[in-house]
Formats: sequence, structure tokens, C-alpha cells
Amino acid sequence: MGQDERVEAPLIHSGEWNIHYDYAVGETATRFFSRLRDEGKIAGKRCPECKAVLLPPRAYCERCFVKTEEWVDVGPEGTIEAFTIVYEPFDGLPQPPYAVAYVTLDGASTAMANFVRGLDLSVPEVAARELAVGKRVEAVFIDARKGTITDFHYRLK
Amino acid sequence: MPVKTAIVGVGQTDYRFKRTDVTIQELAVEASLKALEHAGMTMGDIDAIVLGIAPDALLGINAVDRWIGEALGVAPRPLLRVNTGGTTGAAAAQAGYAHVASGMARRVLVVAADKVSESPDAQWVLNTAMDPIYERSVALNAINMCSFQAVRQMDQYKVTERQLASVAVRSRKHAQLNPHAHLRAPITLDDVLSSRYVCWPLKLLDCCPRSSGACAVIMAAEPVVRANHSRAAWIRGMGATSNTIYMGDKMGPGRDVDHADWDELAMAAARAYKQAGITDPARQIDVAEIYAPFTCTEIAAVEALGFAKKGSGGLMSEQGMFDMNGAIPVNPSGGVLSANPISATALARIAEAALQVMGDAGPRQVPGAHQAVATGIGGTLQFHTCMVLASDA
Repeated sequence: MGQDERVEAPLIHSGEWNIHYDYAVGETATRFFSRLRDEGKIAGKRCPECKAVLLPPRAYCERCFVKTEEWVDVGPEGTIEAFTIVYEPFDGLPQPPYAVAYVTLDGASTAMANFVRGLDLSVPEVAARELAVGKRVEAVFIDARKGTITDFHYRLK
Repeated sequence: MPVKTAIVGVGQTDYRFKRTDVTIQELAVEASLKALEHAGMTMGDIDAIVLGIAPDALLGINAVDRWIGEALGVAPRPLLRVNTGGTTGAAAAQAGYAHVASGMARRVLVVAADKVSESPDAQWVLNTAMDPIYERSVALNAINMCSFQAVRQMDQYKVTERQLASVAVRSRKHAQLNPHAHLRAPITLDDVLSSRYVCWPLKLLDCCPRSSGACAVIMAAEPVVRANHSRAAWIRGMGATSNTIYMGDKMGPGRDVDHADWDELAMAAARAYKQAGITDPARQIDVAEIYAPFTCTEIAAVEALGFAKKGSGGLMSEQGMFDMNGAIPVNPSGGVLSANPISATALARIAEAALQVMGDAGPRQVPGAHQAVATGIGGTLQFHTCMVLASDA
């Protein structure tokens, strides 16, 4: 074959990943989610050295690199530390608009992310003023809890 | 004492949305050949290869190092694949530097490539990179994790959407000087401010594109450089940090750094600056290539690098301090806002910084650039790198 001058449309082969996994969440998250599901309570773990109440709870404090032992109930009220309102549709993610906030639940040293519901998000500037940093929220527990993080969400006080 | 190390060759493909004419293998080879040519070497000269590829799921090819590694040549030399998310390209450079500085290799090829457009939606893939137990199912992705930073900047420092927009406008203006850039059409402040909200407060034009492309650099040990190369970008300093995946740890009352800031980058920079003998970065650094995929992240970075006081980066940007003719030109290449081939992006910052101090940056050359800094960011704004490059050792 000599010089080939043909121009061909690029050929595309399609592929897909759809793989099921069973993640063991470990003893610490099992305790957290069981209490969330069965009692509607949110609990963090206290580091014996720096005394921080870590939420999400961790088996080890990554700053002090020691095992945590003590469980501490936090919330259900808390303070918004940061938020976003998503207006763009993304494949595989919820239909917009939806709001997500990091909230420091009362008694915790760290903030935890979850959806904020019960708020009109149709006008971005108006919704963003409602969700300002420093605003108070409460954790609302759904009835049909399954032991996952979306067993609760935040609502403005 | 580490062996003094320099970048002596740089190769970049054009960054485009799609490259349907090549596979990811061929893309990596394309950039590698360009870097070898720039260095005046052949593949046979290379002692070791570091391949930077971010999460496999962006390409949809599991353990893609097998496929790309093969294309980079069958030879009795080590190939190391590195992945730290967005930081990947810089972490690969860090590994390449360690090979040469340790004396274990004299000439190393560092190459990174991506075809982000072949995944259906990068944000879906990046959502799967979040903590699978507590955070993935609250729809976190790479855009909204930076929105949280912007919200805190606006709250603490009164950063405005107009200041954020100034970063986008400048980046696109610079991109017009860079033929490799993916997005080169000029935009105005009004274009940015009137673009639609993606994740409040970030609008479409506050965000990077998703790009395909590859970047490669050749690193060499001092004796090789002295014998063969008239121009080189000497690695004068390298620092890196790793922090928590949980962004909420940087927001609550127990925080030791704040999600509004990049104190972790400041720590990486402090290490790199110390090695390089830099005591006054705003005066001693001539040009910066910053990994800033969203406008707000660049504001955090210029403060962390010591170019602006904490809380003033947005204002400094708006006032033109980081323009090509400003006090410290930032991202003459157009930066990540003009091209984001994720695996290669942090390496492209190093490559661009190297070109600047080698005097090889063409239309985007900062006149007389002697010392440059390049940064990388990855994970949930958790992995930071900072490299200082200079025209002399």
C-alpha cells in the first residue's frame, strides 16, 4: 500500500461499567448508621488526645493517629459552614436543583455534608441568601430509615 | 545531597475536547516523542518512565497503565504509574525527580495523558471518587467541592463574583497566546457574570472544560545536563502535602486549616521556597503556573504562594496584578480554565513553568523569566504540590 489519501469517519467502540460492590462499612460506621436508623440519633467519636468530636466518626483520629473510643451524641441542630445549590444536571446524580450544605452539628468539632430540603431554590440569589454561612438548621430524620446517610437531611430553622 | 536535576525537554499535544484520531496510548506517545525531540534524545536514552494517569474510570479502561505502558516501549527499565487525582501529573513529576535526585536514574520520561471526553460525564465519575460511606450519596463532585470554598471566601473575605470572573477573563485572554489551549475565544466580565449557575456561586465560565491531551517532560541529572544541554529548567525546590478527604474537617470549630484557604499549599510552598532560597516570593518569582480548575481556587492559590495577603487575592486579580504585564504573571498558558486533561493538567503546569525559564514559551513567554513556580491540586482539595524551577542550578 502506498500513501492512503482516504479520510474515514472515526470509528467509535462503546463500553460500559456496571459493577456491583458490597462495601463492608466497618464497626465504626456500622455503629453510626445503626443508631441513626434505629434511634434517629447522630453520634461522633471523640479523639482521646486532641478531644475533637469527629463527624463523620472515625476509628482513628488522623491528626493524632490514635484509636478513638468514646461516642458523643451531637445535634440535632447545627450551623451552616458552607453550601452549594446545584442547577446543572449531571449524569448519575440527582435532578437539579438541589442544595447541599456542610453543617457543624451542635457538639461536633467538624462539619458534615448532607442535602438541605424544604426550601425554594428556583431563584439562585434568593435561595443563597437563605442558606448563608452561620444560619441555623436542624437535622430531620425520615421515617423509612435504612442505615444510610440520606436517612436524614437538613432543614432551615 | 540530592543529585541536581533539570527538565531538559517538554512535549505537549494540543488540548482539545476530543481526539478521535488517536487512542490514549497514541496520545501518550505523541507527547513523549515531542519531549524527546525537544531534549534531543531518543527513547533509548531513557532509564525510567513515570506515567501519570488519574482514576481509570475517566477513561473507562481498568489498570490502563498496562495498555499505555506497553506503548511507551518494550525495554528493561522501570515503569511506575502514579495516581493522586488532579495532582497526578505533579506527583508523577515528583516521582521522576526522586528517580534522578536519588542517583537511581540519569534520564527519566514523565508522561501523563487523558481523554476526559470519552467518559459520559466527568462529574459522575468524580462523584464515585468521594468517600463511599458518608459522602458519595449526597451528590458531591469536583465542582461543588470548590463551590464550598467560594462560599467561604465570599463569607470571610467578601470575595465578589466579579473578582472571581476577573480570573476567568484573564485566563482566556492568556489562552489566546497558547496554541495548545482548548478554550481560546475571548470572554468579558459580563459573559462570565451572565453565564448560568452550575453549582452556586460558580457559574459555567468559572469552571474549567474537560479536555483530551497529553504532556511529557524529560528530567536529567546534572552531569547529563552540563554535557548536552544549553538550556534547562532546574528543579530548585519541591514540596507536597496530604490532608483529609473530609472537607468538613476544614470548616468546623476543630479546624486547623480553613476550606476557604489553601494553607496546605502554603506549607508545600514553604518547603519548596526554602530549598530554592526564596524568602520574598512576590519579588523573586517571575511567573506562576497554578493548577486552578475553578476561579475561586486561583484566588486561594495566589494567597498561599505569598503573592497576595490572605483575603486580598480576588482584589489583586481584579486590579490586574496577575496579568501578563502585571507584577506576577499567572498562567500565561491560559491555565486549567482553558484546558483540563485531568491526568496531564498538573504536569502541564510544570511543563509550562519549565518552558518559561528555558525561554521557550513562544508568544506566551514572560520576558526575562528566570524563576517560576508550578502547583498541583487533587482529591477533595487535599493533595497539594509546589515546584520551583529556575534557569540556573
